Amino acid sequence: MRTFKMGGVHPADKKISKDAAIEKLPIPKTVYISMGQHLGAPAEPCVAPGDKVKVGQLIANATGFVSAPVHSSVSGTVKSIEMVKDLAGKPGKAVVIDVEGDEWVDTIDRSETVVKEITLDKKQIVERIKECGVVGLGGATFPTNVKLSPPPTATPTCVIINGAECEPYLTSDYRVMIEKPDQLLIGGTILMKALGVDKCYIGIEENKPEAIKLLTEKAKEYPGVEVVKLKKKYPQGGEKQLIDAVIGKKVPSMGLPVDTGAVVQNVGTAFAVYEAVQKNKPLFEGIMTVTGDCSKEQRNFVHRVGTPLSFIMEHCGGVPEDAAKIISGGPMMGKAIVNIDAPTLKGTSSILYLTEAQTKRKPESNCIRCGKCVGACPMGLEPYLLNKLGRNNMFDELEAHKVYDCIECGCCSFSCPAYIPLLDTIRQSKAAVMKIMKSRPKK
Amino acid sequence: MNKLIVSPSPHVHGKDNTRRLMGDVIIALLPAVLVSIYFFGLSAIHLVAVSVVACVAIEYLIQKLFFKGKSTIGDLSAIVTGVLLALNLPVCSPWWLILIGAVVAIGIAKMTFGGLGQNLFNPALVARVVLLVSFPILMTGSAFHAPESGYLFGNAPEVVDATSGATPLALVKEQLAKGVAMDEIMKDPNLSYSQMLFARMGGSAGELSAIALLLGFIYLLVRRVIKPYISLSILITVFVFSGLLYLGNPAKFVDPVFNLLTGGLLLGAFFMATDYVTSPMTTKGQIIFGVGIGVITVLIRTFGAYPEGVSFAILIMNSTVPLLNKIQPKRFAKEAQKK
Ligand code: SF4
Ligand code: SF4
Repeated sequence: MRTFKMGGVHPADKKISKDAAIEKLPIPKTVYISMGQHLGAPAEPCVAPGDKVKVGQLIANATGFVSAPVHSSVSGTVKSIEMVKDLAGKPGKAVVIDVEGDEWVDTIDRSETVVKEITLDKKQIVERIKECGVVGLGGATFPTNVKLSPPPTATPTCVIINGAECEPYLTSDYRVMIEKPDQLLIGGTILMKALGVDKCYIGIEENKPEAIKLLTEKAKEYPGVEVVKLKKKYPQGGEKQLIDAVIGKKVPSMGLPVDTGAVVQNVGTAFAVYEAVQKNKPLFEGIMTVTGDCSKEQRNFVHRVGTPLSFIMEHCGGVPEDAAKIISGGPMMGKAIVNIDAPTLKGTSSILYLTEAQTKRKPESNCIRCGKCVGACPMGLEPYLLNKLGRNNMFDELEAHKVYDCIECGCCSFSCPAYIPLLDTIRQSKAAVMKIMKSRPKK
Repeated sequence: MNKLIVSPSPHVHGKDNTRRLMGDVIIALLPAVLVSIYFFGLSAIHLVAVSVVACVAIEYLIQKLFFKGKSTIGDLSAIVTGVLLALNLPVCSPWWLILIGAVVAIGIAKMTFGGLGQNLFNPALVARVVLLVSFPILMTGSAFHAPESGYLFGNAPEVVDATSGATPLALVKEQLAKGVAMDEIMKDPNLSYSQMLFARMGGSAGELSAIALLLGFIYLLVRRVIKPYISLSILITVFVFSGLLYLGNPAKFVDPVFNLLTGGLLLGAFFMATDYVTSPMTTKGQIIFGVGIGVITVLIRTFGAYPEGVSFAILIMNSTVPLLNKIQPKRFAKEAQKK
């Protein structure tokens, strides 16, 4: 069984919601569709208050190479274009739409039939993915078409679909693998065609045997697609770790993943690619999990982008009394929710409730120099040292010790017996060092 | 709704914490403690109890008087030092000797550097060496005479006679100096391997039983408290190095198995050299550290003035740790080629 070679930790699995089939979440009365759905430049609205829109209609254009268009997730009337606070409480431009009915643009194929034959050619596929606003749904929300247009210096050799879902609790990728195996495999085939490669690996962790079995069986009908069973270890789903695990190649420091030949796409993204290319359906829905040990319900949903998180929480019985922290994403890399009225984004993968006992930080004590953080770091860094250098703002040393290689996986903070919040310091140091490096004149 | 916590990721923490790790070290030391209690009864209990109480009390007092803030004795590290100190002293140590040891270990070697995590040298070993140099008669078995007083409770253990009370290494060294051939010396029943594996009289409390120490070591590995690199590289180095000497001249040099089982080598390799604070962080550093300890140990044992070299070897290598920590771990990948 394959895995990445260096570091990693084993947080408790907790896939409590794994048996809950994906349901359609009701549509709220009003949606707030953010223009900053993706990494890169925010989209620019192309509708005005008072305009009638349909589901799937373009409402904002991409504003640069690394950007993505945004489509309406509902039908109704544009109420306003205003600043709406995101889950961290930071305001950003959003199109607010009052919902009326559920009328879709007629270019979308809404039938249940699985379309296997791929009629678009390489260029058309990338174009369609771009037009449909597909972005990476594994966390970074990087526009997918950009990843499918590698620089001329790199030669892609394979697609890797990330089905590791190594974060505890999250189950949306698992549900897609179980419920939409053909769509996923077709998505993988489309990605191969788009890149002009003939190999597609689907990496799945061993804790999802049903998905491995089903997809291995189904993959026989899809030439070039191979399911790879991976050991359960966090952060297996990290792009660099996954490439190392699946094809044994290392993404160079400060390099691009595609330098190894591999282009990684997450399960949700591959599904969105299928819908965009085969069904002409723009990305305006997302699949997410509502879970947590104290959560009243364990569910997986398809949500319309722009649905307020608080609406979803209410729909699932409300915020549990003993929830002390609500996270969007997994417990290792997710973001703590400050503003529960924030709308969902394309990349929203979960609402996770943690109790005080599970999540409250313990007071920090002296570093006992145990080296556990060094052993846990999947990038081969020295977190204890980066933390010390960071607290003293020693930027040259931080750069010499490759703070910029940190993938912010949190393995170091997770394993430190002295409860030192190593990543807090390292994250800040990394940002500062990256800024210094960027400001340097290029040679 | 309650106020929500909004700290950055990661939002969960692993099971390890300082207290749990220290607790595991204490558990791992129990077999060795029990063996010495089994053989020496009350006087072994006296040794361990006085040492632990003294170490904890001294840490508490120093913390109270000189550092402000919460007491750190809850992290159990003072207890670990207390037990290790006890295992490094002869069973018949009088209370004042133990107390001096505790003052040196906690007061000087640990707290003056700033407490847990800050010290360069292993506290229990510093205490052992200071006592060894200051009270050589009490500390080495070669003239093993228990003082008649100096116990808070219990009595001196049944005093074994001078020869059999000597530590095996000292015994061998003494006989070699007299010109006795090695195979003659080895006929002494006190030097049989079965004696050493299970329980050997003489030496300090923690050197009694190799099996007990090994059990503790395995426990530490299973609980992932330590990695095996340091201990194994010490043992392998000692075995190979002393083995080469032995092959060169079996009449003059002790055989390698004997070297492994005696003189606190196992105690040192399993429990003293693996102390987090005073050993290197990276695997590479740990191996160099272990090999260094192994080489220095054999050199001191064979050519030095003291029969036992482990303590000195570890302390010498402790001083190289800041340097060894300059060795960087293997990074994930090389820098990208500039295009
Ligand atoms: S967060 Fe950064 S420093 Fe910490 S373990 Fe992950 S990669 Fe290493
Ligand atoms: S894990 Fe924590 S205590 Fe251990 S070396 Fe790293 S920072 Fe220090």
